[in-house]
Amino acid sequence: MSNPKRTIWGYRRENGRVGIRNHVVILPLDDISNAACEAVAAHIRGTMALPHAYGRLQFGEDLELHFRTMIGTGSNPNVAACVVIGIEPSWTQKVVDGIARTGKPVAGFSIEGNGDIATVAAASRKAKEFVHFASEKVRVECPLTDVWIAAKCGESDTTTGLASCPTVGNMYDKLVPLGLYGCFGETSELTGAEHLAADRAVSPEIAAKFMKTWTAYQKDVIEAHKTSDLSDSQPTKGNIAGGLTTIEEKALGNLEKIGKQTKFIDVLEPAEAPARGAGLYFMDTSSAAAECCTLQAAAGYALHIFPTGQGNVIGNPIMPVIKVSGNPRTVRTMSEHIDVDVSGIIRREMTIDQAGDALIDNIVRTANGRFTAAETLGHVEFVMTKLYRSA
Amino acid sequence: MDKIPHLLVHDRRDNVGVVVVENLTAGTDLFCVVTEDNSEFRGVLNQDVPLGHKVALKDLSVGDTVVKYGQDIGRIVAPVHKGDHVHTHNLKTKRW
Repeated sequence: MSNPKRTIWGYRRENGRVGIRNHVVILPLDDISNAACEAVAAHIRGTMALPHAYGRLQFGEDLELHFRTMIGTGSNPNVAACVVIGIEPSWTQKVVDGIARTGKPVAGFSIEGNGDIATVAAASRKAKEFVHFASEKVRVECPLTDVWIAAKCGESDTTTGLASCPTVGNMYDKLVPLGLYGCFGETSELTGAEHLAADRAVSPEIAAKFMKTWTAYQKDVIEAHKTSDLSDSQPTKGNIAGGLTTIEEKALGNLEKIGKQTKFIDVLEPAEAPARGAGLYFMDTSSAAAECCTLQAAAGYALHIFPTGQGNVIGNPIMPVIKVSGNPRTVRTMSEHIDVDVSGIIRREMTIDQAGDALIDNIVRTANGRFTAAETLGHVEFVMTKLYRSA
Repeated sequence: MDKIPHLLVHDRRDNVGVVVVENLTAGTDLFCVVTEDNSEFRGVLNQDVPLGHKVALKDLSVGDTVVKYGQDIGRIVAPVHKGDHVHTHNLKTKRW
């Protein structure tokens, strides 16, 4: 196998975390601050706005998740510095204070009493300062395992369970024992394999925590809102076209991506940062690609591995997404979206071990700065998870 | 003889396999491989079955459990013969 103890060239942040991109983010606290953020990003080269749909009149657990996602996104080590713009100063400052705990440069601006134009002018001056700061950062040599790597599969088909998910699992089996932080999620999509997932918890306590999370989703979301057997949503139409018939079959393929030996050491709330040291974590997420990736990036993951069968095109604005596919038709017809072709596995020309090594090679190159397919194609899907209607 | 399999089976306990090449037509003499142990066997395809779709490895009756990865993936809702296409028309989830 390739040498997994190799190093990469990344950005060592003030808090010790390693980033592989060097973004200056213009972050809207709420939907009505998107326009100001986009104006700043259009004005100051080297910045990126992250418009989204929420942030007003949320409350309770849903509001906590909003703040966790905002603060986590700004705190991600792929972000060098962050400007936050909100309609009013109080919640804006809460996000600024949260991001400031990383030690990185961050500043907040509020629109009420100033208007968009004055706010954009002031925020642009600060954003320009941050771009000068970020553009002077140089990459330094870091252990590969200092790059936190999340995974989620999408537009899955039967080749996903045969090839691309086991490839990701092989990578985790090789790198997690060396000190990697990993993450998988997709609560609903483990249905049919939940007993096998629980068996992969590091202890009975964590297995019980996982089953509590999975059961709550079944009861509070699926059973409370379903109008059918979900056969039109989970599996998706794309899954069914690709040959997957039932949620059980889809779940068993999905679970292949945590490998053969790796155990998960904790169960995270959506967007919660891992706090039990290196290891694999399960996060309670939707199985929708953009929502799941946004939550994992907000938890601090710097890179994402995305196995796909039928060809999901997802990207993320701050966390590079590497696509892996083992479907011979998809790697031919959608080649511009696929970073790692493992279709040799189903032709028996490539072993899972070789595929895992090919993925690790691509991870190193991507961590060193090579753009992923999704980055070159401009995929910057940033989608907040909302738990219930706002007040 | 054949190098590239037409059908892959995850586990020896499975009663379905997955078509892994394009444009397979009814009557094809299938070269099948079990990925768990690389064992090989042959079968015959009864219908045209697309890439990624499942084929029965034995006759299955209504109510039978379909096994893939050595695990339960649902129940048969219409009779299936060995070599038939298995999908939403004859297999349903036991969940939801």
